[in-house]
Amino acid sequence: MRTIHVNEIIRTVKEMCIEANYYLTEDMELALGKAKSKERSELGKRILNQLQENLEIASREMIPICQDTGMTVVFARVGQEVRIEGGSLTQAIHEGVRQGYEEGFLRKSVVSDPILRENTRDNTPAVIHYDIVEGDHIGITVAPKGFGSENMSRVFMLKPSDGIEGVKDAVLTAVKDAGPNACPPMVVGVGIGGTFEKCALMAKEALTRPVNCRSQIPYVKELEEELLTKINKTGIGPGGLGGSVTALAVNINTYPTHIAGLPVAVNICCHVNRHCVREL
Amino acid sequence: MERHLTVPFGEEEARELKSGDYVYLSGTIYTARDAAHRRMYETLERGGHLPFDIENSTIYYMGPSPARQGRPIGSAGPTTSSRMDKYAPALLDLGQRAMIGKGKRSEDVRKAIMRNCAVYFAAVGGAGALLSKAIVSSQVVAYEDLGTEAVRKLEIKDFPVIVVIDAQGNNLYETAVKAYNEE
Repeated sequence: MRTIHVNEIIRTVKEMCIEANYYLTEDMELALGKAKSKERSELGKRILNQLQENLEIASREMIPICQDTGMTVVFARVGQEVRIEGGSLTQAIHEGVRQGYEEGFLRKSVVSDPILRENTRDNTPAVIHYDIVEGDHIGITVAPKGFGSENMSRVFMLKPSDGIEGVKDAVLTAVKDAGPNACPPMVVGVGIGGTFEKCALMAKEALTRPVNCRSQIPYVKELEEELLTKINKTGIGPGGLGGSVTALAVNINTYPTHIAGLPVAVNICCHVNRHCVREL
Repeated sequence: MERHLTVPFGEEEARELKSGDYVYLSGTIYTARDAAHRRMYETLERGGHLPFDIENSTIYYMGPSPARQGRPIGSAGPTTSSRMDKYAPALLDLGQRAMIGKGKRSEDVRKAIMRNCAVYFAAVGGAGALLSKAIVSSQVVAYEDLGTEAVRKLEIKDFPVIVVIDAQGNNLYETAVKAYNEE
């Protein structure tokens, strides 16, 4: 048994909230840089240049990459040989978010109730997904999610007879409907299989996979590549103002499902695809 | 076409702007997003007065991140405009000249733009750090209790935007996407 104090979790989550909102991961920066050479539209190139400049200003002058610093999604992979000391793990994660958003000059975008809509003024609560894993470590992924793109995400409960063509149609439908609203070039997270909620969670988690890392499953890798090509032929382009770079990557996760179903979730993320991963 | 334009501006300048123009705006604009629009709309329904002079005004759909010491504002990029579609026609009919946001607008908004000789600009979504550099000063002028959603008066200098829907009703989101479609 290994003991981890909640204070270490609070401090870590706080730092990760700040890091995620000021610096993109290297794979995202590389993908944005590469996109310029593929863009045919002059306006599209100009926008991609602005996005690169935006990243430089964000890290140099400590201004968040985007003003929508998101609702904080946290994936916690908790080793079954870890004992948490000093309080509740869940409360520690919320406290880390609270401190990170305050100290990091990040926007407080969370309302306490979806209908009554009063701002909680500290960006809590976070949305936390736990996984119990083997070992004596805790893996944490902090992924602040902006709602311009979140609002354009979809779940499709397809029939088994819809097959892989149905999946392709679903993803393309979601991307086309999103268009300029989702701040393209986007990253498209897809979950196929499982149940209604499982596919949505897989789509979210898929967004945290590096954009230059394809699926290990041969047919899924092919599907990711084919969909990316198709999405980039829609003409939506950077900022939705026309062009050949509409998405930087399609990341697909799959899971076994029921004999009667083919659930597909499409979680769309803008070019500010933020996540930070650490292990305690 | 690339242009420099002073805000606020009137009908004549609006009529010259064409879908696809790249425009640098300088002058005074106001911010308002979901909650402030709802409040302004309810104020109008009650017969009250808006918190700023709407005539010829430009409203930026934006809620900034907090400013660090010595800076006018934090990150300050556009939010999705369609959430303001319900309220925009009433404000345009009262004389609002321009909107800055990102994303699609409803047919009702497009008609209100044409009816009032107005314009819809897009700023680059997700470029909040870059766009904040074109904001010289920021002052909350109404609804302070709304926090990031309060109405702010901004002084801007060479703030980069693109004309999406012009006074003639041309829509760049439709024309440009068709031009690059390879399906």
